[in-house]
Amino acid sequence: MNIIKLIREKTLQVFSVLIIVYLMLPLAVIILLSFNKPKGRQNTSWNEFSLDAWTNICRDQTICSSFATSIKIGLLVTLISTIVGTMISFALIRHRYRGRGTTSLLIFLPLATPEVILGASLLALFLNIFIPLGFWTILLAQITFTISFVVVVVNARLAGMDPRLEQAAMDLYATPLQTFRYVTFPIALPGIMAAALLSFSLSFDDFIVTTFNSGRVVTFPIYIWGAAQRGIPPQVNVIASLMFLGSLLLVLVASLISKRRKAIYA
Amino acid sequence: MSIVQESITAKPKKRRINRTPYLLILPGIGWLFIFFLFPLSTLLATSLQKPAGISPDDGYLPAFKVSNYSSALAEYYPQFFRAFLYSGIATVICLLLAYPIAYYMAFRARKYRNLMLVLIVAPFFASFLLRTNAWKTILSGDGLVVSVLNSINLLPQDRILNTSLAVVAGLTYNFLPFMILPLYTSLEKIDPRLIEAAGDLYSPPSQRFWKVVWPLSLPGVISGTLLTFIPASGDYINAELLGSIKDKMIGNVIQSQFIDLRDYPTASALSFTFMAVILVMVYLYIRKSGTDNLV
Repeated sequence: MNIIKLIREKTLQVFSVLIIVYLMLPLAVIILLSFNKPKGRQNTSWNEFSLDAWTNICRDQTICSSFATSIKIGLLVTLISTIVGTMISFALIRHRYRGRGTTSLLIFLPLATPEVILGASLLALFLNIFIPLGFWTILLAQITFTISFVVVVVNARLAGMDPRLEQAAMDLYATPLQTFRYVTFPIALPGIMAAALLSFSLSFDDFIVTTFNSGRVVTFPIYIWGAAQRGIPPQVNVIASLMFLGSLLLVLVASLISKRRKAIYA
Repeated sequence: MSIVQESITAKPKKRRINRTPYLLILPGIGWLFIFFLFPLSTLLATSLQKPAGISPDDGYLPAFKVSNYSSALAEYYPQFFRAFLYSGIATVICLLLAYPIAYYMAFRARKYRNLMLVLIVAPFFASFLLRTNAWKTILSGDGLVVSVLNSINLLPQDRILNTSLAVVAGLTYNFLPFMILPLYTSLEKIDPRLIEAAGDLYSPPSQRFWKVVWPLSLPGVISGTLLTFIPASGDYINAELLGSIKDKMIGNVIQSQFIDLRDYPTASALSFTFMAVILVMVYLYIRKSGTDNLV
C-alpha cells in the first residue's frame, strides 16, 4: 500500500521536474548558442566556442537601437497600464456598483481576442483616420492589451486580502486616504509589482500586435523576425540570455528582501 | 463574496450612488472603448469596403460588399479549419501536461512552489520568437530528438521540422504556461482538508480526484483552456517558423493579406469571422460560469 503511494508521489514529482526541464530546454539552447561562432549566417547549430558576441553586443547598431526602443516602449506601457489597470481592479474588488459585470466583460474581451485581430483592428482604425504608424501607435496598441493582464493579476492579490484590516484602520479613526496609504496600498503592492513586471514582459516581447502598428519603427522582436530569414546573430542570444538571467536575479533578490522583512517583523 | 465583506462595503448611510468606482474605471474603460471596441467596428466597416481601383495603392471605398465574406471564406476555409485543429490538439496536450504539474505545485511542492512558478514565467523574458527559433535547433534533422525517434521509426516523414507535428509542438510549448498558471490558481484555492475528508469517508484516490478535486478545479480548466486555445488559434509565428507552406493557419493569411498584399477588406472579413467564432465560444463560457469569475 505504502509503496504504491510512494510510486504515485514520485511519478508526480518526476513528471513535474520533466515539465520544467521541457520549458527550460529552448533557453538552454539560446544561452549555449550565444557562445557560438556560427559557421554560416544561421546560428542554429554548434560550431565553435567564442566570446565575440558577449564582448561586442552592439556590433550591429540596429540590435542595440531596437533593444533601446523596446525598453522605452516597455517602460511607458508598464507605467500607464499598471496605473489604469490597478484603478479598475480596485473598483472591481472593492466596490459593488451597477455595471460591474459589464466592466469585467470588457476587461476579459481583449484577453479573449487573438492578437492578430487586436493588431488588425487597430491598423484598420489608424488607416481609416490616417494616423501615421510609428512609436505612438505601438504604444497605444500595447497598452490596450496589457491593461487586462494588469487587472487580472492585481485582482488576484486584492481578492485574497482580508477586508477586516481596512475596517480595523477605520475603527482606529484613520481617514479613508490614510487607510489606503498605510493599509490597502502596502498589501496590494506585491500584486501591483507583479502586474507591472508582467506588462513589461508582454510589451517587450510582443511581436504580433506591434508588427501591425509599427510602421518603420523597429522594436527588438521586429528586429529578430527580420533577422530570422537571413540568420539571427548570436548577439541577439546574448541579449535574450541577459534578460532571462536578469529577470531570475530580480525575482531572487525580491524574494530575499521579503524574507528578511518577514524575519524582522516576526 | 463573503457576508463579512458585504457588510463592510455596504455602508448603512442613506442610499446614494457612489461615484468612486465609476471614477476608478473611467480611464481604463474609456481607453478600451476607443482602442478596442471602436477599432473592432472599424474592422467590420473595412470588411465591407470595395476597392477604388485596381491596385491597393488606390485605396478602398465605403460600401456594403457582403460578398467579401463569402469569397474570403471560400478561399481560406482550410486555414481556418487548420488553425482550430492545431490549436485544439495543442490545448488538449497542454491540459494533460499542465494538470499534473499544477497539482504538484498546489498540494505537494511546499518550499519549491515559488521557485517553480518563477521558472514557469521566466521564459517569457527571453524572446518568444527566439524560443520558437530555438526549437529549430532542438528538432533539426541531425539533432538528438529526431535521431532517436527515427531509430524507432516513429516519424512518418523522417523529420519533424516543416511538418504539422512541429507546428503543434511549438504551439504546445509556447502556450503551456498559460494553461499551468490558471490551473494552479484554482487548485491552490482548494482546501486540502476536503480531500482528506473524502479519504476519511473511504473514497479511493481516483474518486477523491474525480469527485472532489476535478470539479473544484473546473474554473481553472476553463480559463486555462480559453487562454491557451484563443491565442494559439490566432498565432502565425509557429506555423511560419516551424511549419511548411501546407501548415499555414488563419493568422498567417490575415497577416499577409493585411501587411503584404494590403487587401484590407478580405483581411478584415477574415478577422471578423474569426472574432465571431471566438465570441460565440466566450459567450458559451460566460453562460456556464457567469461574469463574476471572468477576470
